[in-house]
Formats: sequence, C-alpha cells, structure tokens
Amino acid sequence: MQDKITGRVYKFGDNVNSDIIIAGRYLIYIDPVKLAEHAFEMLGEGFPEKLRSFDILVAGRNFGCGSAREQASTAIKGLGIKAVVAASFARTFYRNAINDGLPIFECPAVYDAVAEGDEISIDLKKGVISHAGGEHEFPRIPESVAKILELGGLASYLKSTLELDREATA
Amino acid sequence: MSQTIAEKILAAKAGVDRVAPGQIVDAYPDLVMSHTATWRSVSVMKKIGAKRLYDPDRLAIVLDHISPAKSEKYAADQQTSRNFAREYGIKKFYDVDAGIAHLVLMEHGHVKPGDLIVGTDSHCTIYGALGALGSGIGYTEVASVWVTGKLWLKVPTTIKITLNGRFAAGVSAKDLMLHLIGTLGADGCGYKSVEFYGSALPEMSISERMTMANLAMEMGSKCVFIPSDEKTKEWLLPRLEDPASYRPVFADEDASYEQSIEVDLSKLTPMIACPHQVENTKPIDEVIGTRIDQAFLGSCANGKYEDLAVAARILEGRKIDPRVRLIVTPGSKQIMLEAMRSGVLATLIESGALVTNPGCGACAGDGGMMADGEVSLSTANRNFVGRMGSNKSSIYLSSPATLAASALKGAIADPREFY
Repeated sequence: MQDKITGRVYKFGDNVNSDIIIAGRYLIYIDPVKLAEHAFEMLGEGFPEKLRSFDILVAGRNFGCGSAREQASTAIKGLGIKAVVAASFARTFYRNAINDGLPIFECPAVYDAVAEGDEISIDLKKGVISHAGGEHEFPRIPESVAKILELGGLASYLKSTLELDREATA
Repeated sequence: MSQTIAEKILAAKAGVDRVAPGQIVDAYPDLVMSHTATWRSVSVMKKIGAKRLYDPDRLAIVLDHISPAKSEKYAADQQTSRNFAREYGIKKFYDVDAGIAHLVLMEHGHVKPGDLIVGTDSHCTIYGALGALGSGIGYTEVASVWVTGKLWLKVPTTIKITLNGRFAAGVSAKDLMLHLIGTLGADGCGYKSVEFYGSALPEMSISERMTMANLAMEMGSKCVFIPSDEKTKEWLLPRLEDPASYRPVFADEDASYEQSIEVDLSKLTPMIACPHQVENTKPIDEVIGTRIDQAFLGSCANGKYEDLAVAARILEGRKIDPRVRLIVTPGSKQIMLEAMRSGVLATLIESGALVTNPGCGACAGDGGMMADGEVSLSTANRNFVGRMGSNKSSIYLSSPATLAASALKGAIADPREFY
C-alpha cells in the first residue's frame, strides 16, 4: 500500500447502510467491477456514475451499518474509490474493508471540515489527513491488523501465510 | 475478577486467563455459520489454494436466503455450497427446506452458553439469547476461520440494560427493542457488548429473548447476552447432543460497565420504526392510520412460533383488509410444523394470509417485492430504502401484534384494542 492517498472527496451523511451501498439483489456477484455498476443505486438517478469522478468517500457516523455483506466494500473499491474516511464505521464494514484491502480512516474532524469536491491528502506514515492547510490526526489501525491491509486484503494475507506454513513444513 | 460475559468468553476462546476492553486477541470460535453466502467463502478457499479445514465439525451451513433457488445463478451457487458440504463431510449442513440459519442452529442445539460463534450475517448477535457470543463477519473472513480456526477480535466494553416491570397487553419485546434503538441510535452500542438484566427477564420467553438479541444489532452491538437461567436450561437441555456441555457463563458481580440503562417495561407502548432507518422510531399514536399495501410476518427477529401465534390470536375469525397482502414466512421448518399442528397456520390462511416456505423470505428480497409508492409493514429488523423492492417504496417495522391489527384495518393500527 502506498504512503499517501490524495484525491477529491464525495461526502455522505450519517448511517449510510450496506443495503444502500449495494442492494441485496446484487449479492449474487463478488466481482468488484460488476458490483460497482450497482453501487449506491438506491440513492436514485445519477448513482453510481457520479461517484466515479471522486477518489475518496467521506462520511459521518456509523458508515456501512446493517448487513455484514462484504460486497459493500468490494463495490466501493470497484468504483475506483481509493479510501473511505468516516466519523465512525460499523464494525462489520470496518472488518470487511480491511479484509478487502480498502483503506479506511476514522476521523470525525475531517467529516466536519470538508465539502464535496475538496481535495484531501491522507498520509499513512504520519497518521494525518491534510485539508485546506489544516492537518487532522487519525488513530492508527492496530499493527497486527494493518498487515492484512498492507498485503491488499485477507485473501492475499492468508495466501502468503499458508505458503509460509507450507515452506516451513516442506 | 470483575469480568463481563464477553470478556470471559473471549479470554477462554483465546486461551488466556483474562482480557481487558480494547485488547485484540486471536480467538478460536466454536462454530462458524455461513448461509447462502457459503459459495463465496468456497471461492475464497479456492483462490488462496487452501484445501484443509481447521475442524469440519465447527462449520454450520444453512441455505436460508433466496431458498429454494429462484434463478439458475442461485441454483449454481447453492450447488457449490452443497457439494462443498458433501466433500468435507459437514455434519451441520441444512438445505433449503430448513429455514433461517440462526433459528435452525438454535433449534438443533448447536448454540449453547459460553460459545463463540461467528458467521456471514450481522444478526449473529441473536445467539446471545442462549448466552453465546455471536457476531457477524464477511465471507472472506469466514473462509479464513474455516482454514485457520481463528480470527482477531477486539475485546468490547459492555453496556448493562436492566429491565423491570411488565409489558402492558399488546406490547412486546419488539416494542422494547424499537424503543431502545430509537433512544440510543443506530450506533448507540457500536463496537460494544450488551448484557440484559432485571426482574422482568425471568418471565421473558426464549422467543422474546431471541427478538431482543437479534434487534440489538440495529443499535450497533457487537454481541449481546441474556444471562442463562432456568428458562435457558429448560429450552436447551433437550436439544443438546451432550447435556453436560451446558455450562452457563455469568459476569462477575463487580464487573465494570461503560453505561447502565434502566427500562420500566410497563411504561412502553407499541412502537413503529419509520422509513428508512430503524432508529427512526415513533410511538404508535403518531403513525396510526398510515395506509399499508403489504404486511410481512417473518424474519429471524419475529418469524418464530410465538410471533405467528400472537398474530393468529388477533386474526382469528376475522378477515384482513382486502387491499393488504399479508405474507407469512415461518422462520423454520420446525416452526412451520408446530404452527400447522396447532392450527395457527390455518387461522392465518383463513384470515387472508399467504403462507410461504420457511426461510428469510421477503426480508431478504425473496418474494414480496414492492412497487413504486407502495408501503409495507414488516416484523423484520430492517427498513432500509429499497430492501423490499423499489427505492420509491417504504418499510415500517412493528411487532407481530401491531402487524396483525394493521392487516385487519389496512393501515397501521394499535394492537391494544384487541386485548
């Protein structure tokens, strides 16, 4: 994973649930491109197309609440979104995003500060998000968990640990 | 000592003496549930080249959402799940006839106090009705637990909710939970464990406890506990393969709680969750008369035998409003059989209900879809926009009693007049 994520922001409010992110009828797919075609379509006309011109989603409290469907984070990745910053995340979405290799950051101050279209820069090494000359700190993901994200998600992480196991027993 | 139930279970499953809130542990679940999502976890196993399971007896697979298959794609996915279960000798495999995973696993004695259970469904919190720590995870992580036997879990802080007093006639566990979700908010218990206590608990049935532990997910709870008592023991012992495995876990008396909340059940009225958030709750007086096109009685929250029986008691000898489609989906095959034998199903059908096969049904968008502008009242646990069809339709949530009264009137109605 790169050290810096920079881009234009699309802003959501509180309690964006995983049914809104991807409706149940599309859970027959696991492919990010296919899922992205239907991401956020419950929000009506213009979605998901208009999200494709943004890089980072910023949301309020409890982003990704509701269903434990992993396709919620997959669909967001499929849209080409590079990161999600929220005041807080629902725990299932938080886990799924990490397991899916989608970088997420808990930072209420950024939610309060930004408007749609603003550019922000997330510095993973320093643990700060820069916006309009200001810097906002975010809590780091625990190191043991960050490893999963660094390897691009749980499947890749698992693959590499299983290979290590095999080599060790070979 | 001073440990909560979640702390004790996580310490035991991580093989350590004690844990503290905020600590991250590697824990080994007793059971990993996967439902219709099973094929996705199978695809992850293939992708990472894993062939061995940590312990096939810890897997439980129930094909509950969209069952039986409604398209070739669903059929192929279910075939993948079935073949996987056969290949690996999964004994706790239940096919499309069984019902909703959560209810099926509890009915079959696969859930007991002190267990750690994870699964591909957010409403795994329901296992707390029997004193188990249940929590939802995604399908990739399920595959990971299948293979490695473990997952990382953060030890949650705990909120204590004390229930005193008695429900008025026509008010139930669903109304209590809608009241709590409305008061605390959709993330009021986010990342936290919830323990229920109080003088009202011993009188509450296992069915009511399931409704409580299920709905507590809608205030963000990571897990929920209703401490085991005589009712738990009486319900569970005949279902357990090994009765000696019944070992309740209790919090220490001086365990520390982040927050304590008290509710007097006698003060509660029927509650409604209005579109499109579960936390958007209102006392029934404020929404009485709202026209409905469909009424759905089912789901892991309120598709149990007692829920069907409550509705049947109100509907007996009456006809529902002809403008309403009343869809009844028993939560499981056992529930459906019991309702058939007791006459509850006949009463519902005679009143005008359509009874479907057991499973998740309309709550998961399987049948009962709504057109633009239509309104559904539902006993399920979610009213998110578009969940039951058009994004221009609306879902209200209620108890089974309110649902039955409303089906009769063709509009949201107060069940208390039927008591």
